[in-house]
Amino acid sequence: MAVEATVAPAASDPADERRVRGPRGGGLGRFIGYRLLAGLGTLLFVLLFNFFLFRMLPGDPAARYRGVRSINPEDLDRIRDELTAPLPEQFIAYLKDPLALDGISSWKGQPVWDLVSGRAWPTIVLLGTTTVVAVVIGVWVGIKAGWNRGGRFDKVSTAVTLLFYATPEFWLGLLLILFFSTGIGFLPGIFPSGGVIDSGLEPLSFAGIGSIAEHTVLPATALAAVYLAEYSLIMRASMVDELGQDYLMTARAKGMMDRLVRRRHAVPNASLPTITLIFLNIGFIIGGAITVETVFSYPGLGLLTFEAVSEQDYVLMQALFLVFTGSVIVFNIVADILIAVIDPRIRT
Amino acid sequence: MSAPSDAPPTALSTRAIARARRKKSLQRFARAFFQQRAGVAGLGILLVFIVLAISAPLLFSREMLDITQTLGNESLEGPNGTFWLGTDENGRSVLAVLVWGARASLIVGLAASLISMVLGTLIGVGSGHYQGFVGSLLQRLTDWFLVIPFIPLVVVLAAVLGQRGLGTIVLVLGVTSWPGTARLVRAQTLSVEGRPYLERAKVLGDSDWQQMTKHVLPNVMPLVLANTTLTVAIVILSETTLAFLGLGDPFLDSWGTMLDKATGAGAASTGAWWYLLPPGLCVILVVLAFTLIGRTLEVVLNPRLGVSDR
Repeated sequence: MAVEATVAPAASDPADERRVRGPRGGGLGRFIGYRLLAGLGTLLFVLLFNFFLFRMLPGDPAARYRGVRSINPEDLDRIRDELTAPLPEQFIAYLKDPLALDGISSWKGQPVWDLVSGRAWPTIVLLGTTTVVAVVIGVWVGIKAGWNRGGRFDKVSTAVTLLFYATPEFWLGLLLILFFSTGIGFLPGIFPSGGVIDSGLEPLSFAGIGSIAEHTVLPATALAAVYLAEYSLIMRASMVDELGQDYLMTARAKGMMDRLVRRRHAVPNASLPTITLIFLNIGFIIGGAITVETVFSYPGLGLLTFEAVSEQDYVLMQALFLVFTGSVIVFNIVADILIAVIDPRIRT
Repeated sequence: MSAPSDAPPTALSTRAIARARRKKSLQRFARAFFQQRAGVAGLGILLVFIVLAISAPLLFSREMLDITQTLGNESLEGPNGTFWLGTDENGRSVLAVLVWGARASLIVGLAASLISMVLGTLIGVGSGHYQGFVGSLLQRLTDWFLVIPFIPLVVVLAAVLGQRGLGTIVLVLGVTSWPGTARLVRAQTLSVEGRPYLERAKVLGDSDWQQMTKHVLPNVMPLVLANTTLTVAIVILSETTLAFLGLGDPFLDSWGTMLDKATGAGAASTGAWWYLLPPGLCVILVVLAFTLIGRTLEVVLNPRLGVSDR
């Protein structure tokens, strides 16, 4: 059958015909549809998981609000009613409002989503900077190391990246504070060790952006150093995978310069796993942001998570957990669709 | 090596043949492993820490960790002749806490990875072996858990579980780190399931359990071990993170707890580097050791490279 098909390209097999016509329009559309559907399934699971996770708590849930002065009695009564209802009733109530849009923080007595949205931008700044820096450096190192596998650059860079890979990011943050904020020996402390912006500055003004940059340098360095290791290791591995491919031989046989063979042929093919990783890693970087923001008192969602945990504010924790998981799901879908757009082989 | 022509063929039982084959492939595996410098280095580092962890009571008595016994010492004192790595905020020797911390970190890392390995293997083999509802449910479950960001999940779970003992930490890390293993095991199971000897086993009437334990599991196990070694590295890092966030066992002196206390005592802003550097460096070395061993195992066992036992 397969032989026949290669001999006669105009085979009337409907499956073959579809392949010949190309999956350009329908294939991609269908792929995206499936992917969105699968993402929706994951989201439903997470919502379910979220419900039961936070129902494992011992004790009277409403008692946690006792110390909150700023909460009004009607809200407290409502919360108690909600939290002491039978589990199935709670579940139905939860399904009606899975995001707990009117949830009240037991720590601050404010609506949780106000707290979360107020803290979102520093984290977006931090994670955005980190990802860009880590990807640029990591991919560059990976390309260089993989192309000359076994060379000196490869050996040194692999050793260094493995070392960073094993480093707890918050410990690196502590060291950066020790060396560049506190100052030790001949090193002067030049960078601020806490906050995201000097008080009184407007975030979108010229001085404000400068201040944000100054406050973001150290935490972003701590996170990027640890996460660039993964990008460079993956990029190196996929470069090595491409090394023996025939198309590189062809390119060289044409008399193409080594540099161009690398840039035009090897790198684009080797980039695919790294592109996927950039998006999949968001989940891990969020984990790193929790500790690093705590170390630097950087007022983002990571620090908020730490505060929610130390104040045992479960409503806030639940909201943050949903934000983190939801963004990872979205980034996963984006990664899959992006890869399918770039590489038609994926669409099946 | 026995000469097969001398012995009657019945003298070699199937078991003896299997044992000889296993021994040979083990030797081949050891030879391949020891050719990899990175793996040997990792093994060396790990051995040092294991020896330290085992001999901790011989090096430093338990009393040295008891805060009530160390009140006479100066707190946050720099390194000197008595305290090679200085003292912490309670006047305890940082070196003593560090050596005892090796125990805590290794025990948590190994125990949690064991849970993760068992769960990951069971779910992975199950989802690869069973067609239909059970298989696809297990696969979905793996995919779903893979998406949930690991550290937030661990933090929230530890916070929700409340009481924090060694057991809780091990459980939290164990039940959250299995999806990666499960995915790997599933892929390997699917490739084993397609082989003729499994078809033969099915035709001969082997039960699902027999197929999985006698045929699938032995083929999956080497990869599982390599993967588990890498899991230990991640678990130790995560334990450090948990302890640093104050979600560790307060009565257990792990390296993460040390870093938490060092930060609480303001070690970074007062320049107490002797309290901050050693625990972090130990975490790096142990995690590096497990990573190097795991990566080497992967290379050696990778069927594509043709050194594995087939």
